[in-house]
Formats: sequence, C-alpha cells, structure tokens
Amino acid sequence: MIPLSWYLLLAAALFAVGLFGVLARKNAIAILMGVELMLNAVNINLVAFWRYLDVQAIAGHAFAVMVFAVAAAEVAVGLALVISLYRRRQTVAADQIDLLKW
Amino acid sequence: MTPMQVIFIITAVATVLAAIMVVSRRNLVHAALFLVITLFGVAVNFILLDAPFLAVVQVLVYIGAIAILMIFAVMLTRNIQEDGAGEAFNKNVGMAGLVSFLVLSLLVVTLGGWSEFRALPPVANTSGAVEALGLALASADGYVLAFEVASMLLLGALVGAIFVAWPRKNENE
Repeated sequence: MIPLSWYLLLAAALFAVGLFGVLARKNAIAILMGVELMLNAVNINLVAFWRYLDVQAIAGHAFAVMVFAVAAAEVAVGLALVISLYRRRQTVAADQIDLLKW
Repeated sequence: MTPMQVIFIITAVATVLAAIMVVSRRNLVHAALFLVITLFGVAVNFILLDAPFLAVVQVLVYIGAIAILMIFAVMLTRNIQEDGAGEAFNKNVGMAGLVSFLVLSLLVVTLGGWSEFRALPPVANTSGAVEALGLALASADGYVLAFEVASMLLLGALVGAIFVAWPRKNENE
C-alpha cells in the first residue's frame, strides 16, 4: 500500500514547481499554467487526507470539487484578461504590463 | 514493492518532470501539452486514492476545458516579434528558484517532523463516497451554500470573461 507521505511529497514538489513557474515566467499565460499546477497539488493533498483520515467526512471531496469550479472560473477570466490586453498592447509579457505601477 | 507502489512512482516521476517542462519550455504550445501530461498524472493519482469520480472530473474539466482553453489563448496571443526570440523567464529567475526551493524544503521538513507521517494506514472501506458527496453538496447541513456560491462564481466569471474579452467598438482603429 502506498504511504500517505508519498502523496504529500509529490504534492509538495508539484506546488514548488508551480510556484517557480508563477514567480519566474515572463508570459502571462505561463503564469496561469503555474497557478494550475499549484491548484492540482492542493487537490492531491485534499484527496490524500480524505483517503487516509476519515472516508465518511466528505469534506476532502467537496473542497476538491470547489477547487475545480474556482480553477475553471479563474482560468476563464484570466485568459479573457490576457486576450484583452494583447488586443490593446500587443504583448503578453508580464513585465511589460505596468499600467498600474506607481 | 507492490504493483501499486511501482505505478505511483512512475506516475509521480512523470508528473513532476512534465511539470518542470511546463515551467521551463519557451514554446508555450509545448508547455501546454506538458501541462496535459501533468494533469493526467494527477488524475492517475486520484484513481490510486480510490476517488474515480474526481479523476473523471479532472480529465473533463482540467484537460478537456482548461488545458484546451490555454492552448487557444496561446494561439490567439502569439507575438510575432517575440516568437522564438523571447526569453522564457523574467530577470527574477534566480530569486524565484530560491524561494520555491525554500518552500519545498519547508514543506518537507514540516511533514518529516509529523509523527503520523509514515505510519498512517489508509481507511479500509471507501464505497459510497460519490453518493455521500452528492448528498453533501445538496443538503443544508453540508455544502449547499458553497455549491450555490460556486455556481454564482461561474456565472460571474462567464459574464466577466465575455465583457472583458469583447472588442470595444471605438478602439478598433
């Protein structure tokens, strides 16, 4: 049987890789991909703790479903923003998007 | 080593390697395809955790909708001057690698200090989980409020995405 620690280590690695993508990538769409990786790491943790602690308490499943819904909403709005931005400024590089910079 | 452990190790290595490719490829179409591999790896993990419903939802929502939407956005925002010549990373790449490595170390050290980390056995019987999830999402004692809020969030995201991405008439010069 697979120990719980393996799942948690996999989720930690996936979260760290996603965090690196969010912090280091230049393209705004690539930043959104990093966010997706982090959300998936969280989902693995939620389901793993559901499986190993209390199967009757369905909170792990319910929160994972909520994460799916929020991820879908986030990526729809985020990509709409990216497309709108590309139409106005002809770039999706995050370091050139500085309209709000003080 | 049981067969399940072998499957887990193969899947985990493939998932993490594909994730590293997602954050390091310069060509974003390739990054999106590696993202699909990563999401499939997570779906396999859901199967191994006896959550087949979530695995199906993962394939439907993440791979079928989100990854395809990403690929469409990549194709719609191709910048001709920067294509191929643009760098994958911004100038903070060293600091970003340091921060994510520190987060990974912190997580591993914290998890390693937890006494039940290695010894916790899985719960034996997982039957009826999908039925319990459906009841919990529709009962007032469970998550019906979160369910309704999520549906409102999706509606708001739908309207907002259409509004934001719609071309303005007076800016089409």
